[in-house]
Amino acid sequence: MPVHCVVLVKQVPDTANITGKAMKEDGTVNRAALPAIFNPEDLNALEMALQIKDGQGGEVTVLTMGPPRAADVLREALYRGADRAILLTDRKTAGSDTLATSYALACAVVRIAREHGAVNLVLCGRQAIDGDTAQVGPQVAEKLGLPQITYTEAIEGLENGDLTARRALPLGTETVRCTLPCLLTVTGSANRPRPPSVRRMLAGKLAATPLEYAALLERWPEFETEEALDRTLAERGQRIAVWSAADVGADGDRVGLAGSPTKVLKVDFVTLAGGDSKEVDAGRQGLAGLFEELARDYIL
Amino acid sequence: MGERREVWVFVEQEAGTIAPVSLELLGKARELAAELDGRVCALLCGHGIADLAREAIHHGADRVFLADHPELAVYRTLPFAEVAIGLVREQRPYIFLFGATPVGRDLAPRIASAARAGLTADCTDLRIGGFEHKGRTYEDLLYQIRPAFGGNLIATIVNPEMHPQMATVREGVIKLGKPDRQRQGRVERIEPSFNGRHTALQVLRREVRLPAVDLKGAAVIVAGGMGVGSRENFELIHELARVLGGEAAGSRAAVDAGFISAEHQVGQTGVTVRPRLYIACGISGAVQHRAGMDQSSKIIAINTDPHAPIFDIAHYKIVGDLRQVIPAMIEAYRGDRAGGEDA
Repeated sequence: MPVHCVVLVKQVPDTANITGKAMKEDGTVNRAALPAIFNPEDLNALEMALQIKDGQGGEVTVLTMGPPRAADVLREALYRGADRAILLTDRKTAGSDTLATSYALACAVVRIAREHGAVNLVLCGRQAIDGDTAQVGPQVAEKLGLPQITYTEAIEGLENGDLTARRALPLGTETVRCTLPCLLTVTGSANRPRPPSVRRMLAGKLAATPLEYAALLERWPEFETEEALDRTLAERGQRIAVWSAADVGADGDRVGLAGSPTKVLKVDFVTLAGGDSKEVDAGRQGLAGLFEELARDYIL
Repeated sequence: MGERREVWVFVEQEAGTIAPVSLELLGKARELAAELDGRVCALLCGHGIADLAREAIHHGADRVFLADHPELAVYRTLPFAEVAIGLVREQRPYIFLFGATPVGRDLAPRIASAARAGLTADCTDLRIGGFEHKGRTYEDLLYQIRPAFGGNLIATIVNPEMHPQMATVREGVIKLGKPDRQRQGRVERIEPSFNGRHTALQVLRREVRLPAVDLKGAAVIVAGGMGVGSRENFELIHELARVLGGEAAGSRAAVDAGFISAEHQVGQTGVTVRPRLYIACGISGAVQHRAGMDQSSKIIAINTDPHAPIFDIAHYKIVGDLRQVIPAMIEAYRGDRAGGEDA
């Protein structure tokens, strides 16, 4: 049975390399100041979807919400094997917390189903490395009325509309069976994401959103007009659709800062109070004294 | 906000045992409720678990909503969410807390999504305080305090308007209070009615293993970081732990480098510990790590770099190479013991 998978992905700042300059005054993240990468566990979710397509046939649609430059992760998804990519971008959605994000994404999944056929499976990474909340997946599932399987490590079977999956939990595993459609959140231990294919990269080097056409025309003047470029990309399946909040029928009051119940009250750089620290000489006498003191204080 | 403000705790249980984090949260909920002049409610779901209601009361609940039903025998998202969402809509709690466990992190976002409430993940502290926003002043909000951005920052989050104010809280960050066996509370049984969706998912098998290491229960923890250098050198960490009767642990960097396995990891993404003695060896002291151990009664840090951040929180500083310091410590400790026996 062909399966239509929608993979929710996120472009994230590489949190391994952070400086104080990366925070704005309002306590939100200045993403522009950090290198942006494909959220690692979203790659595992994409790989899981591609494996389902390899085994069962079907299509993989990739959806992200973010600023225009998030088109980079969509191109990467296309190069890795996705069939279709959609960018949900709108100034109104800036500053969305997980609730507002899940609402906008759920609206977009509904539109994908309307335009590109019923969605059998929604997949996303277990969590994103910039927030580590693991909330958006279950929140989207609730909005779409879907059952969810979080911490999915493997799909053990998929037939007759039933999916059997193994969940990786800190203290063991759980195997569940669920009827489709459902939503999976995928762990980093699930698989090794395939690299982008050189063939797909060459074939899809023009893949772009309409927001990027002006810049593309400077590099490829032979297309002459944006309309001509748009036609060519659409024919080749390399046009990355751009949707606004209104395009997916999202209520403007439920996205962005307005639709986000959580507010950042303050952000502190971590400074730990220096206690009464005692320097201990690493020699035998110093160490023996240390153990005597610990014994006297009933620590040892 | 005429009625009394309720602080709710989702009491997680597995096979008839309440999760430690739920008991910790009941104690914290008591503190918060006292400041709000409110009361503490526990939501307890399962099958054949009515006895646990009393334990929830002893740990701080004034009122326990008990959903005892065969469909709730094993945790599954949909039936649990259905019970909780129904109750939240009916009772309108002011605050709703969950352990940041796989169950809490699976369930809480469903409820927040349905209730259109704000939810903060993985809090390490909760307080009550005020907030000013766009010319409005809010009082008595829940401060949801959590590390952010890979642990480099601590963010305080509030949900001023869309209640309940929801949070998941890490296990071990709140000190477990002593139960008060005299406490009284009310148990209200609720009869769940399911809409049929809950049958979409069935649990076929669960293979739960007991943790091989008990870092949370250890009185002494010897932990190694990147500075240990290799898996072979890590044997020194294990040896010192054995000699002191403690457990060996590692920082995230040590685990990522393969020096020690993941169940030994202390820190934000690992276990939060508060032993009597914590010996940090070759650990620089990234926030990610300190968040998991800075509540230890005494901290000894060994590092070659005299400016390593770990020294900021250490009670005892040893500047030196752990490859020499640890054997010297073992010798000093044994000598000390031998001396004690002679005397």
